[in-house]
Amino acid sequence: MVGIRLVSTLCIISLIMLAGCNDQKKEKEVTPTLSWYVFNEPSGAFAIAARNCSENSQNTYQIKLVPLPADPDRQREQLVRRLAAGDQSIDIIGMDVIWTAEFAQAGWILPWRSETMEEAKANRLAAPLQSVMYQDEMWGVPYTTNAQLLWYRTDRIREAPTTWQKMIRLAETLGKSGTIQAQGERYEGLTVFFISLLATAGGSVLDTRNEKIALAQEPTIHALSTMAHFANSPVADRTLSTAREDQARLAFETGNSSFMINYTFVWSSIQQNAPEIAPHIGWARWPSLSKDKPGRTAIGGINLAVSAHSRHARLAFEAAACIASERHQRIAATLGGLPPTIAALYDDAEIREALPFADVLRATLRDAVQRPQTPLYNDVSLAISRTLHPMRDIEPDKDYIRLRDAISRALSSKGLL
Amino acid sequence: MLRGNERRKQRRDEQYQAWLLCAPAVLVLILVTAYPILYAIWLSFFRYDLRFPDQRIFVGLDNYLSILTSEVWWQAMSNTLILTISSVALELILAFPLALIMYHTIFWRHAVRAATLLPYVITTVVAAFAWKFAFDPTTGFINALLGMEQAWLTQRWSSFLVIILTEIWKTTPFMALMLLAGLTLVPNELIQAARVDGANAWQRFIKITVPMMKPAILVAVLFRTLDAFRIFDTVFVLTSGAQDTETVSMIGYNTLIVSLNLGLGSAVSVLIFISIVVISVLFVKGFNITLSKRESGDQK
Repeated sequence: MVGIRLVSTLCIISLIMLAGCNDQKKEKEVTPTLSWYVFNEPSGAFAIAARNCSENSQNTYQIKLVPLPADPDRQREQLVRRLAAGDQSIDIIGMDVIWTAEFAQAGWILPWRSETMEEAKANRLAAPLQSVMYQDEMWGVPYTTNAQLLWYRTDRIREAPTTWQKMIRLAETLGKSGTIQAQGERYEGLTVFFISLLATAGGSVLDTRNEKIALAQEPTIHALSTMAHFANSPVADRTLSTAREDQARLAFETGNSSFMINYTFVWSSIQQNAPEIAPHIGWARWPSLSKDKPGRTAIGGINLAVSAHSRHARLAFEAAACIASERHQRIAATLGGLPPTIAALYDDAEIREALPFADVLRATLRDAVQRPQTPLYNDVSLAISRTLHPMRDIEPDKDYIRLRDAISRALSSKGLL
Repeated sequence: MLRGNERRKQRRDEQYQAWLLCAPAVLVLILVTAYPILYAIWLSFFRYDLRFPDQRIFVGLDNYLSILTSEVWWQAMSNTLILTISSVALELILAFPLALIMYHTIFWRHAVRAATLLPYVITTVVAAFAWKFAFDPTTGFINALLGMEQAWLTQRWSSFLVIILTEIWKTTPFMALMLLAGLTLVPNELIQAARVDGANAWQRFIKITVPMMKPAILVAVLFRTLDAFRIFDTVFVLTSGAQDTETVSMIGYNTLIVSLNLGLGSAVSVLIFISIVVISVLFVKGFNITLSKRESGDQK
């Protein structure tokens, strides 16, 4: 028995070694291949950009698209596991706006400097540009951006409500069809909901230097009581505590809801899935908490970063700049409905046809808020969504203290999350 | 005297030879299991996060204190215990009839045994997905079958129900197989003698079969308890820990793989390891299991 086990172990070890040798032999290639790890974009806009840039480079590089899962948490999981292990096979990273600080701090991505930086900065909107900054350096090029809008039914409501209070009251008068769709599951979306409400109330999670906890009492309690009020009102969906963006969209598409807080991807989806309600869809800015200040919401989107372990870093910068160029942002917007980060594109006729809400979106992005730009953002976000789930059980005064405690623990990377 | 000395020397030689023969296997085991375990224990005394590789400092037992005072850990521990106890208990009850059927079948014996063992052969992740789809309100057949409109995985009690059902379906065959091995140990003469004495089928089962099978039952329950305590894949696929169904293994995964917090994550792993050791010791001491009965019998 021992003999057999030993022999088989030795066999396995030698097989692994052989496989390793094979891998190393493959290294010599004529055209370097750059692997672009990014979420699996269904319209094919990313694939077109990769192909165009490879062709334009005249054989200096070839971009290979490596699809990641749709869920951002799973994307991050796969990426950080490889990056922490120093995997050389990643060249370009489709980086969610919330990973910048973490990846930069850990030394997994390279900063953009001198002329590459100037090119990457040119004509970009301020908010997406802010999302690639960490400690006064630029860590990526803004590719696509995103923000939530308020979507509503123009056949039931004459004018979009400007505040949460008004919206809830208005929805209640509509009875059964008044439901408001939002994201309440225990995940990043709940964190976005809280951070947006908090920013609208005039507060922030961390101080301006993104180091210490801020969470001023008055705006936080205001945000928490709004969440509790909404979740306990009859106009919140029954399944709010398990709703993500997609569930909210699907529920809205059935026609039984009158309001929805969601990203802009819902627009093209409604055109396709629910053509009968599509003509009655209106959009407005994220609802506010007071008359004089507009609603603010957290921005999303994808930036392109270059891996610090890449064997072709110089080429990767070039390729990333090409993918994020105006031409390919246009394709991403018209084909995939992904809002561009180049300001001028919002006045472009073709884009305005694909994204008819361009003006409202641009205004939203102007007032947008960044999620805390700390390397510990993942932990901070988990602390928020865990403490505030389910929304219907929020007790503002008690949960304010629990929230402070949970975020402090996350920032000292001590306790479990 | 001389013969005694010689015998002792011979025994020592044999022992030496035995160790020599075992050495390769022991070395490999040390390399692949002992080293990682010791390294994990070592890491658990550090504050070490892969996102801040330069800030590695020795913190002693701080990681353990932080875990043991966290509500997350105790919530996960109670979830794990609920899952472990209920699934193992139900499996034991269900495995007995299965084992008896496998044992007593005269016709199609191989087919019956193969059919019984089938769920155990299926990969856990695949099985979990199958159950997830079955209980899904839109694609699943369970709601239609029961005439219900229940979103099973959105509430705590029903999520637990689905997880436990999946576990039972998947591992009852293993338990049955272990019990079948125990059944073959019961001497037929005893059963026949009892029958002659007028014992009915139930009495024969309770008074003869079960006591004779006790070691096999306890080993089966011990193995399954250790396995169930480390439950990860079923929960990960079905709920990913939402609805308060997180288990201790998921805490370890989230800390190590998601947060890349090697120090804290290693401490979680060590605590799980200690829990497993405690369970094993409780079983072995408490129920007096002798895992190697024949050898100890010989020595006596």
